[in-house]
Amino acid sequence: MEQIIQQLINGVSLGSIYALIALGYTMVYGIINLINFAHGDIYMMGAFVGYAITTFLGLGFIPSLIISMVACSILGMVIEKIAYKPLRNSSRISLLITAISVSLFLQYIMVYFVGPETRTFPNVLESNRITFFDGSVILDTKNIYILVITVILMCTLQYVVRRTKIGKAMRAVALDKEAAELMGINVNKVISYTFAIGSALAGAAGVLVGIYYNTIDPLMGSGPGLKAFVAAVLGGIGLIPGAVFGGFFLGLVETIVSAYGGSVYKDAVAFAILIIILLVKPAGLLGKNVKEKV
Amino acid sequence: MKIFNKRNIIITIALIATYILGKVLIDTGIIDSYLQLNIILIGINIILAVSLNLITGFTGQFTLGHAAFMAIGAYTSAIITAKFNLPFIVAILGAGLMASIAGVLIGIPTLRLKGDYLAIATLGFGEIIRILALNIDYIGGAIGFNDIPQYTNWTWIFVMVVFTVILINNFIHSYHGRACISIKENEIAAEAMGVNTTHYKVLAFAIGAFFAGIAGSLYANYFYFIKPDSFGFMKSVDILVIVVFGGMGSIPGSIVGAIALTVISTFLQSIGDLRMVIYAVILFLIMVYKPTGLMGKTELKFLKKKEVKHNVSAKG
Repeated sequence: MEQIIQQLINGVSLGSIYALIALGYTMVYGIINLINFAHGDIYMMGAFVGYAITTFLGLGFIPSLIISMVACSILGMVIEKIAYKPLRNSSRISLLITAISVSLFLQYIMVYFVGPETRTFPNVLESNRITFFDGSVILDTKNIYILVITVILMCTLQYVVRRTKIGKAMRAVALDKEAAELMGINVNKVISYTFAIGSALAGAAGVLVGIYYNTIDPLMGSGPGLKAFVAAVLGGIGLIPGAVFGGFFLGLVETIVSAYGGSVYKDAVAFAILIIILLVKPAGLLGKNVKEKV
Repeated sequence: MKIFNKRNIIITIALIATYILGKVLIDTGIIDSYLQLNIILIGINIILAVSLNLITGFTGQFTLGHAAFMAIGAYTSAIITAKFNLPFIVAILGAGLMASIAGVLIGIPTLRLKGDYLAIATLGFGEIIRILALNIDYIGGAIGFNDIPQYTNWTWIFVMVVFTVILINNFIHSYHGRACISIKENEIAAEAMGVNTTHYKVLAFAIGAFFAGIAGSLYANYFYFIKPDSFGFMKSVDILVIVVFGGMGSIPGSIVGAIALTVISTFLQSIGDLRMVIYAVILFLIMVYKPTGLMGKTELKFLKKKEVKHNVSAKG
């Protein structure tokens, strides 16, 4: 019982980080149908920006989180302008390879400038351990911070997408780009905003991961990046609640698998679940099947 | 059709001449071991690229897990040659066969998926194979598989590359190959015309996996040593990049792409950490300025029969 609660706590923390990254994937996929492989590396950049600010400027947790989100959203917009915009009308596969090349570029430019070694993320949050059941279940304040920040960001996102003008425009573009353009929506601007918001969430996730695991390195993006993508597909890619659900689901599955001795297989289990769900429900757990038009 | 027509005889003579030339140059030491390593790598990459081109370029099935078939081939071959001491030809065939079986097993369920979803599922499959290889102690686990006898040489590479190219080229220009191409052009229309799309997709997957397995076998038995991380997601991407770089649906494109990218990455090896950055920039520039690849849809003209022009109206 105690172990299950402990795993639930760990799973929710990990899951909220996956969910934050998955949101960016799902927004970009929803709007331009691109599996943005560079998204995981934007999250890595976010972690490094947070690291630089806390280490060299000595700022606290909240300012570093905000600066890192802003930096990442600018980075996301720049990437979109330079790399994806010229290819907007070319085939899916060349867009995908461009995304992979952007991902490689970000990874190795960081390796070149900061070196490939793992760094220790400064302890910006004092960790207070709250124990239950005579110390057999430990709830770290870090976990609470991570969950609270994730929930705040998700609620903000939901508000932006559902209630604001730009959110409405985003949904319109995701539904039908040409029609939205005919209705006077500036599609380029909307795509830019989508990248900015998605990348900001990835930047926040980067800082949170730095705090959660205490270590960052330039190649940290590819693993969780793929995993977050799996989460987005699990929930139904293109759907915001789907990404959140998929993220938490994957985080919980992963911690439970590790807890019961399968830690070496936890990635394999994640991908196996992905394949099974794709076979049973190709549009994801929360997605609706779309009939193909002839 | 006569087998001994002028065209075939010329090709055969040219191939034999190339083989003898290579053999003489290697035996006399004009091609040193470093150059030979690159020739072997180019050969392996050609086999991988041509086999992936059959799946992605001709049949239109977008997969990101090709390295997994290579891994299955490499490990099968390593087990056959290092643990059972059987001859190399058995290892090559065994490797191809195992990879092919895996191709069918993964193909039947996942090929119902389309486009990006198939890419994701095959990506997941590739990662699962890699993680399994990491955790099976019999084949070395994360440390890797050591002491594989080195059988791969110029003869094997040459024969296998020629075998792969001719077989896949002939397959594409056969009745079955046309069915595969029709699936890429329009799957629904192909199905409406009576093409059994699942059958041909699985067939293309099985053949592609077979040759990827052979490439894995050649790889394992050249480098003495294999480890699961050599066959990860990035390897699949590398192969896909060769195919797209050379031109989807073009066999000469895959050959040129394999040569060009192997040479580029060899040259970039000397500049250390910036290597991957430059590689990424090259990749990006190609995608922006030449998204159809170097050779577009060029086919092996000299290998193709001169056709009577009765299919002119097919496009109109």
